[in-house]
Amino acid sequence: MKFGIQINEGPYQHQAADSAYQFAKAALANGHEIFRVFFYHDGVNNATRLAVPPQDDRNVGQLWSDLAKEHNLDLVVCIAAAQRRGLLDEDEAKRQGKDANNIAEGFRISGLGQLIEAGIESDRLVVFGA
Amino acid sequence: MSTLHTVNKSPFETNVLEICISLAKSGSTVLLYEDGVYAATEGTRAAVAIKNANGISFCVLGPDLQARGIEGKLANDIKVVDYDGFVDLVAGHDTIQAWL
Repeated sequence: MKFGIQINEGPYQHQAADSAYQFAKAALANGHEIFRVFFYHDGVNNATRLAVPPQDDRNVGQLWSDLAKEHNLDLVVCIAAAQRRGLLDEDEAKRQGKDANNIAEGFRISGLGQLIEAGIESDRLVVFGA
Repeated sequence: MSTLHTVNKSPFETNVLEICISLAKSGSTVLLYEDGVYAATEGTRAAVAIKNANGISFCVLGPDLQARGIEGKLANDIKVVDYDGFVDLVAGHDTIQAWL
């Protein structure tokens, strides 16, 4: 079955980013497909590559990057939510005249249409959030 | 058409579980996870609401129960599932309603 996942909460805020990750891992292990993971609202903070959590703690953003690499996942960050929170890729940094970008490997910035498409193309859309 | 309702808030924090139960149709399932698992413990008002909810099945996410050390206080009639079970519940219902 094809799943879409929406994450509305940042890492270490409460538990939604972790729940979504565990759910995604279990879905893939059970032979399901993940059409897209859409990071919305504070969920965009999962996509920064500049997070440096303590060594004995999980690195939520890195876990997503690794899972995406392993399973060729489409990790999409909402552009409007990202701009408000200072999350930029190379193109956006250039376009906004900023001196750096901070998006992690495996994530891409795009619009809400990607969430709508995930809702249409997936058999189930599961929302995790605050 | 069957619906899976997911509740991730403690019943001591919000009343979404009670609203969810009042609106859920017969044949639907409610999954308690994250702080929502506190509703699955015996002796609470939420446990009474769950007991009185006819035609609705209740599941609770085991790892979140264990993380809070309350797996021994589970009320009757609530099925414990792991993340594989969570995935099966999503696949086994037509729609998912997250009560955030």
